[in-house]
Amino acid sequence: MDVTHLEGGFADPARDAAHAFRAALQAMARPGRIEVVAGVQPPAPCSVAAGALILTLCDTTTPLFLAPSHDDPALRGWITFHTGAPLVGAAEAMFALGTWAALQPVTRFAIGTAEYPDRSATLIVEVDVLTNEGATLTGPGIKTEARLSLPETEAFRQNRRRFPLGFDSYFTCGDRLAGLPRSTQAEG
Amino acid sequence: MSGTDYNFAYLDEQTKRMIRRAILKGVAVPGYQVPFASREMPMPYGWGTGGVQVTAACLVPEDRLKVIDQGADDTTNAVSIRKFFQKTAGVAVTERTAEATVIQTRHRIPELPLTEDQILVYQVPIPEPLRFLEPSEVETRKMHALEDYGLMHVKLYEDIARHGEIATAYAYPVKVEGRYVMDPSPIPKFDNPKLESAALQLFGAGREQRIYAVPPYTRVVSLDFEDHPFDPSKAAHPCALCGAEDSYLDEVIVDDAGGRMFVCSDTDYCAGRREAAA
Repeated sequence: MDVTHLEGGFADPARDAAHAFRAALQAMARPGRIEVVAGVQPPAPCSVAAGALILTLCDTTTPLFLAPSHDDPALRGWITFHTGAPLVGAAEAMFALGTWAALQPVTRFAIGTAEYPDRSATLIVEVDVLTNEGATLTGPGIKTEARLSLPETEAFRQNRRRFPLGFDSYFTCGDRLAGLPRSTQAEG
Repeated sequence: MSGTDYNFAYLDEQTKRMIRRAILKGVAVPGYQVPFASREMPMPYGWGTGGVQVTAACLVPEDRLKVIDQGADDTTNAVSIRKFFQKTAGVAVTERTAEATVIQTRHRIPELPLTEDQILVYQVPIPEPLRFLEPSEVETRKMHALEDYGLMHVKLYEDIARHGEIATAYAYPVKVEGRYVMDPSPIPKFDNPKLESAALQLFGAGREQRIYAVPPYTRVVSLDFEDHPFDPSKAAHPCALCGAEDSYLDEVIVDDAGGRMFVCSDTDYCAGRREAAA
């Protein structure tokens, strides 16, 4: 076993995870807001923000899909050691990690059922650029409108049309993250 | 036993992760009740175990916590929950609404408008707005799935037929973002307009094992009829202590001869106004 798997987790799990969750919560509750997280050093190609989300939200009860961009032995070992999350195929996943291109087609992820819309996947999308430019966002959590650099808008417009079903997304870039719940309307 | 003998904010990390995932799904689907595996807490059901679990999952060490029960900071329930988190999370506490970053509440929304930097956590006894109309969880879940809320309108209509007005005075049902009908917990309907807020609002029902949320700036409409519009009524008195005419009032019996006074239910709002006037 590669000893590097054991390193790079939260130094103070309870408090570090609390900080990371608060950032994730604010990001999901206020689409367009970019939050900064810290406290983990995942192996490449996983970003700090994506690693913090996984350590904060995943455990043995949350099947995780690693898209080809992130299906790397070192990352698998790190995630397995720190969370114990079972690594599964896209259709069974509660969480999915990868670049936008590698996660395609996103229509294969769980969108919940009419009676349990919460049984849906959360995508952690690694992006090269994360700024408040690009697509215009409106909906719950947004006072008038917000802007966020989405990898594309059509997939998220389709996702919104199925509300209350749909997947929810985080975009991660370095130590920064933004959220995009299924309730957000993305245009442009 | 000292506070350091507990994990930060009492709950174990696996439980917090489970609650945190439920909160995030609740935020993503405003007004939808997310099932969660509610834990036994060191207080009885009905004393805010749902709210306490949501608060525990959200707190960071830098938070400043305020806890109110029916608007008051100094009631048993509020004092014990505040002390619980002082001890187990080591967070600062306050009675001032404006200074708090997280506010846990039982049955009131503070009078002072909340800000983007605040989270309001509600203690919820019965999260299902349709429960008293339809006792079966299987049926109410189907009704939410089909957006079949006719029964709720019939109930409000029957109120009008019997009393000449919608007699529901608290836990007044709302529709969130045009989709889910939601129980705002037993807040007076006077507080319903405040559900459209800059703050994030989270709802925890411990015994019923449900978490739901209203993100900031989400559309929250109190159900009504065109010819019987929603009326957030209040007692036709000013506060006997601070003179406020815009706050929700408690009626307090002051002697054995039927004497009574009306005072602000929000103790911090009332004290703040009296301080400002002094």
